[in-house]
Amino acid sequence: MITHDLVILGTGPAGMAAATTALEHGITPVVIDEQPAAGGQIYRALERTPVLDRRILGEDYWSGESLIKGLKDPQIDYRPASTVWQLTRQREIGLLHDDKAEMICARHIILATGAMERPMPIAGWTLPGVMTAGSGQILLKSAGAVPQAPVVLAGCGPLLLLLATQYLRAGVEIAAILDTTPRDRYRAALKHVPGALRNVSTLLKGVGLLRELRRAGVRHIRGVSALRAEGSGQLERVLWKQQGDDNWQTLETPTLLLHQGVIPNTQITRAVDCHHEWDEQQLAWRPRLDEWLGTDIPGIAVAGDGGGIVGAKAAAMQGQLAGLGAALALGKLTLENSTERAQPIRKALARDTAIRPFLDVLYRPAKQWRLPDDDTLACRCEEVTGGEIRRMADMGCRGPNQTKSFTRCGMGPCQGRMCGITVSELLADANQQSVEETGYYRLRPPFKPITLGQLAKAAEEG
Amino acid sequence: MFKRLSPPEATNEAVVTFRFDEQTVTARPGDTVAAALLTSGISICRSTPVSNAPRAPYCMMGVCFECLVEVDGNPNVQACQAEVRDGMHVHTQQGARRLTS
Ligand code: FES
Repeated sequence: MITHDLVILGTGPAGMAAATTALEHGITPVVIDEQPAAGGQIYRALERTPVLDRRILGEDYWSGESLIKGLKDPQIDYRPASTVWQLTRQREIGLLHDDKAEMICARHIILATGAMERPMPIAGWTLPGVMTAGSGQILLKSAGAVPQAPVVLAGCGPLLLLLATQYLRAGVEIAAILDTTPRDRYRAALKHVPGALRNVSTLLKGVGLLRELRRAGVRHIRGVSALRAEGSGQLERVLWKQQGDDNWQTLETPTLLLHQGVIPNTQITRAVDCHHEWDEQQLAWRPRLDEWLGTDIPGIAVAGDGGGIVGAKAAAMQGQLAGLGAALALGKLTLENSTERAQPIRKALARDTAIRPFLDVLYRPAKQWRLPDDDTLACRCEEVTGGEIRRMADMGCRGPNQTKSFTRCGMGPCQGRMCGITVSELLADANQQSVEETGYYRLRPPFKPITLGQLAKAAEEG
Repeated sequence: MFKRLSPPEATNEAVVTFRFDEQTVTARPGDTVAAALLTSGISICRSTPVSNAPRAPYCMMGVCFECLVEVDGNPNVQACQAEVRDGMHVHTQQGARRLTS
């Protein structure tokens, strides 16, 4: 098995910045990414997007160009379209590329595996035609594809508003934005405005998006408190209630895009079982990290949204820090040198993330979007409802691993990626205990489907 | 459900064609199978093993596994992660999977 100094997983802003920083300090990293092209989700398909009118995706998207250019340095061993199916605490990595499996080893690893959208389990969310806002944006960036008929966007958070404006600029018809931000949140978030002013450009960008939507006359329905998707075999209509109104209102649409913010994608950090904590502010799990973004496993660090949601710009800064951390760990920099170099980055990072408390409070998803009704599916794969999980709690289940063995919840093809956070929160709520006490699924490799034949080949060559 | 801002046929690029069940689908090189299906009016990839309910791509980033299809005889391929190739054969996945070696 070949041992490399540094292996970085992911080519979003954090992974790309980590790679170039490491290279600056004499480390030639191996950079692995599942996607065929660099950029992660934020800068997805940047080099080959069919959307050439730069105004549609906006300047922030195109700002990823320089990071991608840095990754293309011939000294960086960049391996696109490669899936990681195994990672051990000894830093052995199982890779799959073009039907060929192999194992490599690393002295130091930076996981830059980013975020995923928070599941938004509403009635009817498994109907074809219901997707996430992120998927709408991925389709736009990578395939230049947009909804054919008037689309309904529902939920809250910056990504939802950004997608709406991108659609607007691309000439896509929006039937309505159903905004689930609770009305009292604006007041609650107000006290975080002074802090957020340290990152005034992001704040202004948000205001600008809202203004653009208003000017264009997009129907923006606020205070949405209940939501369901209906149709036979396919989405046909969306129904909602507004705070203070008991009547359901309806819109016919074939496409509903849901969004309730993003959460760290902790699938791999969970699988290596590093210590995680529940972030009460962001309502999500995240690995516990030290000042160089190291986990409690020696030689494994996490940079970017995978370690707690910070946004694309801050993710790149964390990538730089993790790159310095790698240089320190591999003996390329002294502690003094790396600390000195890290200082301006830490300062810029603090300024950029000063907006988080404001966003976290404003867009904190209300309970009804996190805890599905008794009749609503929590686990899409095995079709387990919120009610079944609550019944399991009544029968004495305290944690998700127990409900998994009784109901198969979390045992389907996604291996709990979609229902994990929902089940932890449902059980915590039903058992009146903290999410931290409730815990999370115990995960095992392979992380991604791999056939016995592919595995056997890796073993022969290993 | 989805349409292209500029269809692959309208550009100068070569197009990729592949089979989806009994249909021929046209795509742009570099497209994922899921994007190619969604922009060709095909919205359903598979049905669930439990209730046989139809499912379609949901996250487009490899997290939800709702887009599983069979590609050239290999089951459980994530359509949103697989790139289109000329002449590939894609099939829907119905219900529970048989175990294959
Ligand atoms: S659409 Fe979610 S994994 Fe492919």
